Amino acid sequence: MQKVDLIDAAMGSDEVSREPKVNYLTNGYTLKSWLLTKDHKRIAIMYLITVSIFFLAGGLYASAIRLELLTPASDLLQTATYNKVFTQHGILMIFFFLIPSIPAILGNFLLPLMIGAKDLALPRINLLSLYIYWLGALITVYALLVGGVDTGWTFYTPYSTTFSNSYVVLAGLGIFINGFSSILTGLNFIVTVHTMRAPGMTWFRLPLFVWAQYATSLVMILGTPVVAITVLLVAIERVARVGIFDPAIGGDPILFQHLFWFYSHPAVYIMILPGMGVVSELISNFSRKKIFGYEFIAFSSIAIAVFGFLVWGHHMFVSGQSIYASMVFSFLTMVVAVPSAIKMFNWTATLYKGSVSYDTPMLYAIGFLGLFLIGGLTGLFLGSIGLTVHLTDTYFVVAHFHYVMVGGQVIAYLGGIHYWWPKMTGKMYSEFWGKISAMLVFVGFNLTFFPQFILGYLGMPRRYAAYPPELQVLNIFSTAGASVLGVGLVLPVIYLTLSLINGKPAGDNPWMLPGLEWRTSSPPPTENFEKPPVVTWEAYEFGDESGLDLESARKNVKAEAIA
Amino acid sequence: MQTSSWVPLFPDSASTFSWQVDALYFYLIIISIAFAVPIIAAIFFFAIKYREKEKFATPEELHGSLVLETAWTIVPFIVSMTIFLGGAIVYYEQYRIPDEAMDVYVVGKQWMWKVQHPTGQREINELHVPIGRKVRLTMTTEDVLHSFYIPAFRTKADVVPGRYTYMWFEATKPGKYHLYCAEYCGLNHSGMGGWIYAMEPKDYENWLAGNVTGQTPVEAGRDLFENKLGCASCHAGGPSQRGAKLEGIYMKPVKLVGGQTVIADDDYIRNSILNPSSQIVEGYQPIMPTFKGQVTEEQLMYLVAYIKSLSGVTANSTSGTSSMANTQPAAASPSPAANSGNNSNTSRPK
Repeated sequence: MQKVDLIDAAMGSDEVSREPKVNYLTNGYTLKSWLLTKDHKRIAIMYLITVSIFFLAGGLYASAIRLELLTPASDLLQTATYNKVFTQHGILMIFFFLIPSIPAILGNFLLPLMIGAKDLALPRINLLSLYIYWLGALITVYALLVGGVDTGWTFYTPYSTTFSNSYVVLAGLGIFINGFSSILTGLNFIVTVHTMRAPGMTWFRLPLFVWAQYATSLVMILGTPVVAITVLLVAIERVARVGIFDPAIGGDPILFQHLFWFYSHPAVYIMILPGMGVVSELISNFSRKKIFGYEFIAFSSIAIAVFGFLVWGHHMFVSGQSIYASMVFSFLTMVVAVPSAIKMFNWTATLYKGSVSYDTPMLYAIGFLGLFLIGGLTGLFLGSIGLTVHLTDTYFVVAHFHYVMVGGQVIAYLGGIHYWWPKMTGKMYSEFWGKISAMLVFVGFNLTFFPQFILGYLGMPRRYAAYPPELQVLNIFSTAGASVLGVGLVLPVIYLTLSLINGKPAGDNPWMLPGLEWRTSSPPPTENFEKPPVVTWEAYEFGDESGLDLESARKNVKAEAIA
Repeated sequence: MQTSSWVPLFPDSASTFSWQVDALYFYLIIISIAFAVPIIAAIFFFAIKYREKEKFATPEELHGSLVLETAWTIVPFIVSMTIFLGGAIVYYEQYRIPDEAMDVYVVGKQWMWKVQHPTGQREINELHVPIGRKVRLTMTTEDVLHSFYIPAFRTKADVVPGRYTYMWFEATKPGKYHLYCAEYCGLNHSGMGGWIYAMEPKDYENWLAGNVTGQTPVEAGRDLFENKLGCASCHAGGPSQRGAKLEGIYMKPVKLVGGQTVIADDDYIRNSILNPSSQIVEGYQPIMPTFKGQVTEEQLMYLVAYIKSLSGVTANSTSGTSSMANTQPAAASPSPAANSGNNSNTSRPK
């Protein structure tokens, strides 16, 4: 209760209210009050639950893959099953977990709080995008239950349009519908950032998480319609036999790859930019230092979003496109590496002369730096065309994109969930178990995926249910690592859930941080702020200019330590 | 054929590309270490040296540094350009298909590789090649995408239905190497592989001699052309010729009705057989029926090989080292044979 006083003092509010306030969680308990809510925070919680279920399902598929690859022969799973398992792992993880993870959960919850708004600009549209996501998910899950898909998440033609005997159209329909959820969320975020910022919240006072969400939203709006059209064309060719991609009926299979990667490469940035935004928050806040090179980090997000649209051809270096096109795409790929490098250097420099704490979210952030570094550097290997002729379609690629997507986005997502958990739920999780799981995830992840770089250079092709026996040792390492990783990922589900029941009350601002989201109660009231905030401080202002009562907070900590 | 160490770390190197690709690989590993080690060291150093000494401290504020920002924008850019250039040089070498090479025809289908040598020997899921000679693969598929991948040679190329793609290599070390399909192609994708046997030229000759030779691709093409498909009735020349003249057209510009000019490469010939009305040669009537569905991909390759031979271009066979009879007049110099493919990764700059 003392903490509440502190925060109220920090907010400059004279009144001290001691009776429990109505927050967004206690504002109505009926199912209807959830399903028809327009509150961005409740929508975020519903996304959190659904997306977590998909993460779990995708993870089960991943376990099946790693168990099958424990032995060289295709024995645990028949090849037909294996092909469906890796396809469905990809579809669930990419379209139903990674893409919505940070934007739809953390973005939805935090974007209005961070800019001092009482909701997103278009709350009904926000609820609609959740329902669209559910509809797309239901159709896709139905497709998986009645028989599944075996085309790979890339749906390459003419296999997907002519040869596959699986539920391609149904799964495609689910992805098509789900795409509109991304588009609407992106649209909503952009409108919100433009129109709903609190007085004094200028563009360059925005937290970098908001910049990253903004860049991601641009990609969602511009890219997603293309993949929607592409999937639609696949369905048209498959159902109506109109020759679009299958050369046997007058189509061009390479055209599909151009269309698909025109979206799906930028989509890769949908799967990393939000993570970069989270990590910018974590690094700065947990070293209590203004982020180094704010503008450079902000604009590098935009640069990545823009250049990301110009490099799709680097997925097609051996597919039969012109060698000169390949060279241009390779050049642009190298250029897009630079903004990522800029971010990396700035994050590192932020730690310099900071006050670095080792709280769970920061452990995730530091883990992110290491893993994203490896993911980024191996991207250079794959962007170098002479080398990638050998590496493409091997486990080197698999390892690389897992380092970026899992080592990057998932680690950042977990860091973000831990960081904002006290705000979302009002409860503090077990710091001990948090640290254990952060370290298990880091170790398990590296043990799983580092051997795959070596397997890739040895030439092990991806999407193989069976492989030559001499590659078994490295595959055993990888599977062993996956089990450690699995434990590391299941633990948070347990202790975070437990914290809801017996977690200590977190207080409104457990880490005494200056962001607007920390200047309201935990959990926040439905309208986010009791008084509309006015921003008078710069982003990442940790000193007295932030208006936080640090002196009493420090005293309070000392008093607690003595007691 | 992996090194016999407990944990294999490095694949066999057995082609002229291998050392180039490996050199790039090691260059990138060095660059990665040069970037990663200082960054990771700095992270640990800062995280330990500047660890939290007092809760909610307010460390001294530092503003960004334009000098540092400029440095860590420009240095990575320059380094990435060296990587780009190195990669581009190696890539250009890999996909610039040489003029002088032994022609091998490859047809992929779910889930096997069918291979034919210029002297007629056929193989399935295996390919025997001599070391020290350039081998050019002309590839297509009967169904879905595949990718012909030989890790020990550090090269691969996708095989695309409806068109020809090309790759080449020169083996340097005798041995038995993995052949994989690297582009997912359905049910038995991981079973669609086999072995490449790189052999001393002498052993290769013996291997050829020990295998029953059927017709060579050119012979088989002539058989189709003259007898089985009856192409000759219109295209054979003479006063009553109704079809376009085929002698000497290979890799030459052809004027089409409508004023367009195309180069008569492999894909053009293939397309003219399957979709004759799509590209009508100037001065001829669109009377040729389509042969779609009547010829297999392999037969199409034979026809292309035969039509090439009418321009004095033979499938470069084992001439020079082989004693095997090649019934076609060997072209002393495979003349303007040069180019094949226009927009594909196969184009050979002149």
